[in-house]
Amino acid sequence: MVSTILEMRDITKTFPGVKALSNVNLSVEEGEIHAVVGENGAGKSTLMKVLSGVYPTGTYDGQIIFNAQECHFKGIHDSEHKGIVIIHQELALVPMLSIAENIFLGNEHARYGVIDWNANEARTSALLKKVGLKEDPKTLITNIGVGKQQLVEIAKALSKEVKLLILDEPTASLSEKDSQALLDLLLEFKRQGMTSILISHKLNEVNRVADKVTVIRDGRTIETLAKKDISEDRIITSMVGRSLDDRYPPREPDIGEVVFEVKNWSVYHPLHAERQVIKGIDINVRKGEVVGIAGLMGAGRTEFAMSLFGRSYGRHITGEVLLKGKPIDVSSVSRAVEHGIAYVTEDRKTFGLNLIDHIKHNITLANLGGVSRHGVIDDLGELSVANDYRGKTNIRASSVYQMTGNLSGGNQQKVVLSKWLFADPEVLILDEPTRGIDVGAKYEIYTIIARLAAEGKAIVVISSEMPELLGITDRIYVMNEGRIVGEMPAVDASQEKIMRAIVRGEGKAA
Amino acid sequence: MSTESAPAPQSSVAEDVQQRPRIAVSALTTNLREYGLILALIAIMVFFQFTTSGTLFKPVNLSNLVQQNSFIIVMALGMLLVIVSGHIDLSVGSVAGFIGALAAMMMVIWPLGPLSNPLVVSIICLIVGGAIGAAQGYWIAYHRIPSFIVTLAGMLIFRGICQALLGGGSSVGPLPDGFKALSSGFIPDVIGPLTLIPPTVNAAGKTIIGSGLTLHMTTIVLGLIAVLAYAYFGLSTRRKRERHGYEAEPFPLFVIKTLVGSALALFLVYQFASYRGLPVVLLVMGVLISLFVFVTKRMTIGRRIYAMGGNAKAAQLSGIKTERLTLMVFVNMGVLSALGGLIIAARLGQAVPAAGLGSELDVIAAVFIGGASAMGGVGQVIGAVVGGFIMGVMNNGMSIMGVNVDWQQVVKGLVLLGAVIFDVYNKNKA
Repeated sequence: MVSTILEMRDITKTFPGVKALSNVNLSVEEGEIHAVVGENGAGKSTLMKVLSGVYPTGTYDGQIIFNAQECHFKGIHDSEHKGIVIIHQELALVPMLSIAENIFLGNEHARYGVIDWNANEARTSALLKKVGLKEDPKTLITNIGVGKQQLVEIAKALSKEVKLLILDEPTASLSEKDSQALLDLLLEFKRQGMTSILISHKLNEVNRVADKVTVIRDGRTIETLAKKDISEDRIITSMVGRSLDDRYPPREPDIGEVVFEVKNWSVYHPLHAERQVIKGIDINVRKGEVVGIAGLMGAGRTEFAMSLFGRSYGRHITGEVLLKGKPIDVSSVSRAVEHGIAYVTEDRKTFGLNLIDHIKHNITLANLGGVSRHGVIDDLGELSVANDYRGKTNIRASSVYQMTGNLSGGNQQKVVLSKWLFADPEVLILDEPTRGIDVGAKYEIYTIIARLAAEGKAIVVISSEMPELLGITDRIYVMNEGRIVGEMPAVDASQEKIMRAIVRGEGKAA
Repeated sequence: MSTESAPAPQSSVAEDVQQRPRIAVSALTTNLREYGLILALIAIMVFFQFTTSGTLFKPVNLSNLVQQNSFIIVMALGMLLVIVSGHIDLSVGSVAGFIGALAAMMMVIWPLGPLSNPLVVSIICLIVGGAIGAAQGYWIAYHRIPSFIVTLAGMLIFRGICQALLGGGSSVGPLPDGFKALSSGFIPDVIGPLTLIPPTVNAAGKTIIGSGLTLHMTTIVLGLIAVLAYAYFGLSTRRKRERHGYEAEPFPLFVIKTLVGSALALFLVYQFASYRGLPVVLLVMGVLISLFVFVTKRMTIGRRIYAMGGNAKAAQLSGIKTERLTLMVFVNMGVLSALGGLIIAARLGQAVPAAGLGSELDVIAAVFIGGASAMGGVGQVIGAVVGGFIMGVMNNGMSIMGVNVDWQQVVKGLVLLGAVIFDVYNKNKA
C-alpha cells in the first residue's frame, strides 16, 4: 500500500526582483526514489531550501504536508526533527575533525557537556557499516576522499533518524566508481523502506534509480513522469522547452583567421594530485568570433579558463597556447596579460573587484602602466580613463569615486569588464558574464560583447545559460567532466543538442 | 546603497552646478576621518598645554617630543604598508634593538678601522635591516606562513641576538658625537641667528637662561619654503583639475585647510627656531613622510599594495605579483626598523639590551589609531603619523603631569580602543 509522505503545494518564492519559484507542486510517495531535474537556476535548490526550512515559513507561499501534517518549519532544526535531512552539494564537514566528531557535531552523546567518546564512536562504527564505509571513526575528514566524505554525510543523515533523505547533486564531484557505489546505496536504502529525493542533472543516473521524475524549469513544475515514461529524450525536451526571443542584440559576425588556440591542455586538481580535472582540451577562436563553452556546473570550464590564465588554478599543467600561430607563455597572469589575454571572472566579488576601493582604482588596476610614467600615476589621466570607460560600459554610479562594494551586481560586472577592456586584450575570456544580474544589465553586457567582436577581438564566453550561448555566440563547444564532448556552429545548435552532448558524454568520461 | 536608479550622469554644465553642494558635502565626509584625527591631536595638545601649565608647547619640550617619538613614527610608516597589505610585523622593536646593538659594536668595540665611520655603519645597518625584512617576508610571501607567527619568532630571535651581542645585560657606549647628531642634533644654522630681543645679562655678566629672543634663521627660511611649496602645489593641482573640467574640492574649504595647516606649521617652526633650530631627526622624518605619502598616493607600487590588501585574489588575477610585493613590503619594514634602531641608539648615546622593547605595540597602535583596517586595504600615511603623534603627546604630557607609568598605559589602551570603535561605528553607519 503506497501512501504519500510529502506533498508540496503551490510553492511560490520570490527574491527581490526575481520569482524563483511559482506554484511548484511536488508529491513524493513513501519508499520511492524521486528525482528532481532541471537546468542550473531552474529552482531545484531553492525548492529544497524551502522544504528543509532554510527559507523559514512565511518567506514563501504554499503548503508543505509531511506525514499527513502541515508543517511550518522555522529553520533546519525543525525539519530535521521531523526526519527530513538534506545533504547539500557543497559538503558541510569540518575537515580537521574526525569522522565521529563530524557525524555527531552539535548532537554529541554527552552528559552535562562532557562528551562520551565511546558511545559516539560505537554508534559511528554502526552507521559507517550501514553506508558501507570501512574507515576508523577517528580518521580525520581531510584524510579521506570526496566519495567517502559523501558517505560520511549520509551516515550523518542516518544518525538523525531520517525519514526523507534529500541529496542535492550528490555525484557532482565523485568519480564514476564512487557514483555507482552511492547509487547502489540509495537503492539499498529504498529496499529498507526509506524515501529519498535525488536532485541531479545526470540523466543516466536518474534513469537508473528513480521511480519518478519531476522536471522543473524557470521556477515551475513542468511535469512528473512515472517510471515507465522516463527516458532521456523525454526529460531533455521537458527541461529545455523554452523559446528564444529578442533578448539578444543583433550582430553581423565578421570572422577572420584563427587568433587563439589551445592544444592538448591538461590540468590536475590543486589538492588531490591524482585527480585530473582537465583532460586534454583543444579549442580555437577566430578573430571577431564569439565562441561559447557550454556545460553544467562542475564540468571544469572555470578551471580550464583559470588554468589558462597564468596558471591561476590547478597544477601539473601541460599543453600549448598559441596566439596567431605562435606559442606563447601564459605561466603567470602578468605574462598572459602582456600577450593580450584577459579573463573576466565568474565570481566578481571574490576574484574580480577590490570592494573597499572605488571604481576608478578598480578600472585601472590591470593596466596601471597605461596611466603612469616611471611608476608615477598620472592622476588626471587615470580619472579621464575611468570616466571614459564608465561611459562606454554605462556604469551607473554617482561618480567614479563610488566604492565598488556599493554597486549593484550588473554595475559591478561592468566595472570588471571595464578593467579588462582598458587592458586592451586580443583574447577575452568571459566566465559567466551575466550571472546574477538583471535582464536589462544582461542586454548591455551582450551589446558590449557584440561590439568587441566587431572590433576584431576573439571572445570566449563560458555560460551555464544555454539560451544565452545560443543567442550571442557563433560557435559552441560543449564541455563535460574536463573534456570537450561536442562542437557545433551556433546556428545548428539547440538546447536539446547541447544537453544531448552532455548526457551522452557522461559515460565516456569514466 | 543601490545606484541602479541613479540617472546616467552626463557632464553637462547644469548638472555640475547642481552637483556642487553634494561634492562639498562628500569632500567633507570622506576627509572627515583625517580632519577628525588632526583635530583630535590638536585637542589633546591643547588639553595638555593647560594641564602641564604651558610646558607642552615650550620650544625645548617640542624638541624633546620629536626626538622621543621619531622612531615610532619612522617605523609606523613601514607598519602602515604592512598592515594595509593585510599583515602585521611584531618584530620591529626587537629588530630596532638588534640594529642599535650592531651599530654600537661596529662603532665602539669591533676594530673595523675606517669602516667604523658612523655613516658607513649606518648604511650597513640599513642593509642588514632590509635583509632581515627579506628573510621574514620570504616565509610570509612565498610559503604563506602567517606573518603573525613569522614575526613573533623574529621578535624573540632578534631580541635574543641583541642581548647576546651586547654580552648579557651590559650596555655599549658612548657612541661618537657624529652619530648621536642623528637624534639629538639640530640642523646647522648656515644663515646665522637673528637676535630680536637681546638676552638679559645678570650681575655676574652671564646671560639669564630663557631670556631674550634669538631665531635660527635657517629654520625659519626652510619652514617658509615648505609652507609656500605646500600652498603652491595645492593651488596648481586645483588649477590643473579645473582646466581639465573636473570638480575640485570647494574653494573656501581649500583656503581654510591651507591657511590652518600653514599657520600650525609656522607656529611650530617659530618655536623650533627660537630654541636651537630644526632637529635633524625631524628633517629626516619630514622627508620620509613626504616620500611615503607620494608612494602611497601617486605611485603604481603604492596602488598595488592597497589593491592586494583589499582583495589579494583579485589583485593577483589582475596581474599583480602579490608574492614579490609582499616581500618588498617587509624589506621596507626591515629598513625602517633599522633606521628606528639607529635613532634610538643615537638618542641614548649607547646601545642597551632593552632598546625598542615593546615599541612594536606603540607602532601598531599608531597605525590603527590612524584609521588603518586590521583586514587590510585601508589606511593613510598621514593617519599613521598623526596616530604616532597622538601617542607621543599623551606619553609626553602625562609624564610632565606626573601620571604614573602604569596609568599611562591604561589611558593609551583606552585611546586605541576608542579610536577603533569610533571607526567601526562610523563604517556601520555609512
